[in-house]
Amino acid sequence: MKDKYNPKIKQAAILGVVPIVMFGFAFGLVPLYEVFCELTGFGGGRFEQTVMVSDAPNVPIISEAIDREVNIQFLADVGRGLPWEFRPTETQIRVKVGEVSETTYYARNFSNHSVTGQAVPSVTPAYGAASLQKVECFCFTEQRLEAGEEIEMPVLFYVDADLPDDVGTLTLSYSMFPIQVDEMSHEMANMEHL
Amino acid sequence: MIAHAETVPSGRNPLVKFILRWLLTTNHKEIGTLYLSLSFLLFFIGGAMALTFRAELAQPGLQLMGADFYNQMVTLHGLVMVFGAVMPAFVGLANWMIPLQIGASDMALPRLNNFSFWIMPFAFGLLLSSLFMPGGAPNFGWTFYAPLSTTYGPPSTDFMILGIHMMGISSILGAINIIVTIFNLRAPGMTLMKMPMFVWTWLITAFLLIMAMPVLAGVVTMMLTDRHFGTSFFEASGGGDPLIFQHVFWFFGHPEVYIMILPGFGIASEIIPVFARKRIFGYTSMVWATGSIAILSFVVWGHHMFATGMPLATELWFMYATMVIAIPTGVKVFNWVATMWGGSMTFETPMLFALGFVVMFTIGGLSGLMLAIAPVDFQYHDTFFVVAHIHYVLYPGAIFATMAAVYYWIPKWTGNMYDERLGKIHFWTAVIALNLTFFPMHFVGLAGMPRRIADYALPFTGLNTFATAGAFLLGLTQLLFLYIVIKTVRGGPKATDQVWEGAKGLEWTVPSPAPLHTFEVPPKVD
Repeated sequence: MKDKYNPKIKQAAILGVVPIVMFGFAFGLVPLYEVFCELTGFGGGRFEQTVMVSDAPNVPIISEAIDREVNIQFLADVGRGLPWEFRPTETQIRVKVGEVSETTYYARNFSNHSVTGQAVPSVTPAYGAASLQKVECFCFTEQRLEAGEEIEMPVLFYVDADLPDDVGTLTLSYSMFPIQVDEMSHEMANMEHL
Repeated sequence: MIAHAETVPSGRNPLVKFILRWLLTTNHKEIGTLYLSLSFLLFFIGGAMALTFRAELAQPGLQLMGADFYNQMVTLHGLVMVFGAVMPAFVGLANWMIPLQIGASDMALPRLNNFSFWIMPFAFGLLLSSLFMPGGAPNFGWTFYAPLSTTYGPPSTDFMILGIHMMGISSILGAINIIVTIFNLRAPGMTLMKMPMFVWTWLITAFLLIMAMPVLAGVVTMMLTDRHFGTSFFEASGGGDPLIFQHVFWFFGHPEVYIMILPGFGIASEIIPVFARKRIFGYTSMVWATGSIAILSFVVWGHHMFATGMPLATELWFMYATMVIAIPTGVKVFNWVATMWGGSMTFETPMLFALGFVVMFTIGGLSGLMLAIAPVDFQYHDTFFVVAHIHYVLYPGAIFATMAAVYYWIPKWTGNMYDERLGKIHFWTAVIALNLTFFPMHFVGLAGMPRRIADYALPFTGLNTFATAGAFLLGLTQLLFLYIVIKTVRGGPKATDQVWEGAKGLEWTVPSPAPLHTFEVPPKVD
């Protein structure tokens, strides 16, 4: 063999870069997905609400009294390992666009120790999600309930006038997740012995 | 075969010699045979799993197994068939035929070729060993959606993940080898636009493989870290989103379905001109159509996710982009029909399978177009209609194409003609059984029978019993295929070098059976 390097090996090595780049791209899809969600509201406007947490008290309440009503539906889910009862006190209300309305969610800790939960909101349909503005929400902070404690937690919100015309119903859903999972699952394990 | 003995030390006992020869072989024909044999074995294992859950579906209620075992069978059937039967079969055909078709003496990287193959038995050993583990095999469907496969997956899921990593490495290395072979080892005078269609479709498939398989490796890696290392890619309580799984998976998954069909397109494009005794109609458009299908396959993944609550604009994009794929696919079907138009056709078994491919793949393509319509997909989603669709594109698509290729090339491989009468019986029973099995699934699906559930509502009983009977007949016909293949390997009427009257191309210029080493001196192509 006179030539020292083999063009076939070189080409194979160059082609080998493609899978490595694509493997990285698979992980790149995760942040890209979040950017995509932020741009489109897909995923229920989670990201707008993250911003709301700090801006919440400063949001001006626009009350253009326009003559339009929409349905707001409320849902609740309890995350795995959270020993709570968690549900909306009313499942559907009809509100005027632009007016601030209030509803409450009920939560009860049925375990024998205190537990902290954090609610994560989600609004559908996605393209109307940005118009549901929460003025005050129990999801802005963590909720700590003592053993057996029950609580009614308020949500203050209004529907912005820029709600797309074809949206007649908005669904606001909360998933309540446990915080300090390790400590709790340990205590849960103890509970099973009782 | 003797010529190869130099790689194995002499003076060992025959069994050790036999094992070492196959373990250490770097010959493209022997590796091709290994791939095809492994694929055939896994085809029967996957088929047995299908018959297991079809037996359960013969009647409503749970008679033979619990829902969990049913789910395990469905999951492994999908994984084994996709990664174990279809893909290695095409890689095996590529190994055998690409060097013969482009006039190369072997693959460009023979030792890598050996390595790519020998990863596979271990990958499937890992996957299938999960059946015997506490907690059972993976039970969340072959698409292994999170959180079913992360939070709720059985412990054996980790074996599936590692198995998929290994198959992925094997496919990527095999694909790189095929690309390098095609780019470097073509006979003098064989320009890219003179390559046989099977080589073209495999070249494009190989590019799809090196771009799509790493994404699959990425998604199973995320699953692994979510399961064991505290990450939250798919865990909402940690800031992740289970939907990301579906996006990443289908970003791999849609190119994957074309990986499983493009070589089939190539096989049909080889066989139809030979038995119509005409040149292929529209060679250039065939190449461009294959290329456009491959590029489009990366931008349509969302049509698997219409029901996840996407924004309207996204649904529209995925709907129209998916429908655009019907254009290059239509070009291909048109070209196959136009090739036959006015030809002097004969209907030997390879041609029958190729025609079965064209007709029934088109049925699957049309139900695919129905599924692409976002508003109606909400009715079809996750029903047996989807099962009918995928099996119409994959069974008459990938499997029939592979069988057509085996009947077409087996005289070249073995030097013997297969039994034409048995071949025809195999084809017709397979066509009838296939339609008995999968056609009723359209109806129960449209009526709302969900997929991946062991039990079903009473009104679906008749059609399901029908489908189960068809499935068992279909399984039986493949035993006939096994018999035909073994019979041909062992003997039969001698094949000529050209084998088929209308056959052109370099692979028909070498003797039958093809000697272990061919084209040591590159042929001249004009």
